[in-house]
Amino acid sequence: MAFHVDKLEKRWLWIIGALVVMTWVVQIYGAAVTDLHPPSNVEAVDSAQIHLASSGGEFAEDKIGTSRDADGKLVVRMVAARYGFYPQRIDIPQGEEFTLRVVSFDVLHGIYVPGSNLNLMIVPGYASQVTTQLNMLGEVPYVCHEFCGPAHAYMYGVFNVVPKDQFKLAAASAGGQG
Amino acid sequence: MSVISDERLVPRTQAVDLTRQANRLGLANMWVAFGSFALAIPMGLYQVAERSNLFPAAESADLYYASVSTHGVLMAYVLTTFFIMGYGYHAAIHSLNQPLWSPAFSWTGFGLALLGTVLAAYALLTGQASVMYTFYPPELAILPFYVGVALLVVGSYFWVADMIIAMMIWRRANPGRAVPLVMFGFAMTALLWGWTSMGAVLEVLFQIIPLLLGWVDTIESGLARTLFSWTLHGIVYFWLFPAYIAMYTLMPREAGTKLFSDEFARIAFVMLFIFSVPIGFHHLYMDPQQEAGWKLLHMFGTFMVAVPTLITGFTVMGTLESSGRLRGGKGLFGWVARMRWNNPATLATILAMGMLTFGGFGGVINASYAMNALIHDTQWVTGHFHLIFGGTTVIMYFAVAYWAWPLMTGRALASRWLAVWQLWTWAIGMCITTGPWHIIGLLGQPRRVDTLEAYGPAINATLMPHMAIMMVGSVMLTVSAILFVWILVATHLNPRRAATTEVAYAVAVHQPMQVPNLLNSLAFWNWAMLAYMVISYGYPIAQFWIINAPQSVPYGY
Repeated sequence: MAFHVDKLEKRWLWIIGALVVMTWVVQIYGAAVTDLHPPSNVEAVDSAQIHLASSGGEFAEDKIGTSRDADGKLVVRMVAARYGFYPQRIDIPQGEEFTLRVVSFDVLHGIYVPGSNLNLMIVPGYASQVTTQLNMLGEVPYVCHEFCGPAHAYMYGVFNVVPKDQFKLAAASAGGQG
Repeated sequence: MSVISDERLVPRTQAVDLTRQANRLGLANMWVAFGSFALAIPMGLYQVAERSNLFPAAESADLYYASVSTHGVLMAYVLTTFFIMGYGYHAAIHSLNQPLWSPAFSWTGFGLALLGTVLAAYALLTGQASVMYTFYPPELAILPFYVGVALLVVGSYFWVADMIIAMMIWRRANPGRAVPLVMFGFAMTALLWGWTSMGAVLEVLFQIIPLLLGWVDTIESGLARTLFSWTLHGIVYFWLFPAYIAMYTLMPREAGTKLFSDEFARIAFVMLFIFSVPIGFHHLYMDPQQEAGWKLLHMFGTFMVAVPTLITGFTVMGTLESSGRLRGGKGLFGWVARMRWNNPATLATILAMGMLTFGGFGGVINASYAMNALIHDTQWVTGHFHLIFGGTTVIMYFAVAYWAWPLMTGRALASRWLAVWQLWTWAIGMCITTGPWHIIGLLGQPRRVDTLEAYGPAINATLMPHMAIMMVGSVMLTVSAILFVWILVATHLNPRRAATTEVAYAVAVHQPMQVPNLLNSLAFWNWAMLAYMVISYGYPIAQFWIINAPQSVPYGY
C-alpha cells in the first residue's frame, strides 16, 4: 500500500510536535508552578433565595460589600442582577489580594475589569469566585460582559482602589443603583 | 456535459441526470446561503456604526441586539449550513460519479432546513429572539426561534445521512479503492456535524423547548452552557472544514498544479474531526460550574487542533509553491510572484492562509488556560472569529462559488477581474475591521455592547481612533459583499456560455489508488470520538445530577 511521506513533511511533523509540546509545557507551568487557574469552584447556590437569611444569608443585603473573614482575608461579596451590581461601588486596597464572590439574582451575567485578570462568568445557580488583586490606583470601572438583556451595556460599577494605608473597612454597605 | 474521468463507464443520459441533480441541489442550497449572507451584511455595518458612538441617530439598544442576534444566526447557522450542504451534494455526486440514493430524501432535508430558517427569521426580525445566536438560558426567546433552529439542524441531518450513505454505496461498488479526497473530506465534515450539533440539540430539545411549553418550570443554566460548549467549538470546524476541502481539492487545479500530498490531507481531515468536539471547555474557562481539572484536560485537546491546521498550512503552501515554480519562479522566494494571483481560487487561498496565520496566533491566547482571562468575552473574541470565520472561511466560500457558478449554471463567470478585486477588498476590509477589534478588546471593551457609556470619557477617548478605523473596514466589507452577490447574479444571467462545465478535482503529486483503511473509512473514528467524548464530557455532564443545584426560572429579555 502506497503511503508517501516527503522528507520535508517528516521534518515539519517534528516541528509541529515540538510546537504542541512547547505550548503544553507553558500551560502546565502556569497551572502547576505559578498556580494560576481559571475560576472553577463548583459551588451551588439558590439564585432565587440569595437575599434571604434562611438560605445562609451570605449575600443578604447587609452582608454584601467588602469585609474580612475569620482569618483576616479580604472578601468582596456581590450580587449581579439586571441591570446592576450590588454594591455598585467597592473599596479595595491597592495590591492586596482579595477574594471576589459573586452570584446572579436572575440570568447569566459576567464581570470584567479591563487591564486585569478579573474575568468571571456569573451563572445562575452557582457562586463564582476568584482571588486576585488590583494594582492600579483610583476608580477602576468594571462591567457586565455577557449579554443579559437590552440594558446590558448599562450594567457596570466601580472599584475604588485606595492606597493600602488609607484603606478602612466600612460597615458593609447596601447596594447602589444600576 | 461530462462528469469526471470515468465518463466511459457511465451511459450518456445518466451523466446528464447526475449533472442536473448536482446543479439543482447545489444551486438551491447555495442561493439560500448567499441570500442570507446578503441579508446579514447590512446588519453588520449597522452594528459597527451603532456601537462606534459616532452616529447618534443610529443609537438603539433594541435594534442593536436584534441585529446582532440576526446577523449571528444568518451568518453562523444559515450561510454555513446551506453552503456546506450545497457544496457537499455537488461534490458527492460528481466525485463519486453516482446519483444520490434518494433525491426526494435530499430535497426533504432542504425543505425542512428552509422552513426552520423562515421560522427563526420570523422570530428574529420581529425582535422576539434578541438572545444572540448563542441563546444562553435562562433568558428565553419565543418558541418559533428554537423550533426553527432545531428544524434547520434536523434538515441538515438528511444531508449528513446522504454524505455517509453516498460514501458507503461507492465503497461497496469499489472495494479497496481510495475514496476520492473531496468525498472523504465531506463524509468527515458530515460526521463532525452530526457529533458537534448534538450538544445544542440536546439543550434545545430537553431543556429549552420543555420549559417554553410549560412541561417543566425551571432550567439548569450550568448544564445548558456545558451542552452548548459541546457544539460551540466543533461547529467552527464544521464551517472551516469545507474551506480546507476547497484548498486541497479545488485550488491546485485552478493554480495549474497538483496537490502536494493526498495522504496528509486525509490525516488532517481525521485530526480536524477528532480534536474538534471534545475540547469545548475553552469556552467555559471563566465559568463557575466546571472544575479546573476538566478545563485543563480540554486545554490539551484544544492545542491539538493546531496540528491539522499546521499540516494544512504546509501542504497548501507546498502546492502554491509548486504552482509558482511551474510558472517559472526561481530561487527561495521567486515563486511567490509567479503564483496565479489573478485566479480567484488561488488568490482566495493565499489570502485565507494569511488571515488564518494571524487568527491562529490570537487563537493560542484564547485557548490558554490562564491567559484566556485577559480576553474572555471582550471584543478581542469578536475580532478573532471574524478573522477566522468571516475571513479565512468565508473567503474560501467565495472562491468555491466563483468556481461552481459557471459549472452549475453553464454561464461564464461575469468578470474574473471583478472577482479578484472582490476577494482583495474582502480580505483587506476584514483585516482593517478586526485589527481594531483585537486592540479595543485588550483595552477592555466587552463584546455585544450597544454603547460605551460604562467606562467614562477617559477610556472612551482611547477607543475612538479604533472605532473610526473599524468603520472604514466595515464599509469596505459591505462594498465587497455587494460586489460578490452582484457577480453571482450577473453570472447566473450571463448570456455568454461557460467555456467548460466539466467538473474535475485536483490530483496529488503521488495520487494514491489505495490508502490505509483508517484514512478511507469512518467507523473507527466514529468510535474513537465516542470514547473521547465520554472521557471529556461524561462526568462534567453527569455531575449536574450529582450536585443537583437549584435551577432557574425562565426570564424574558
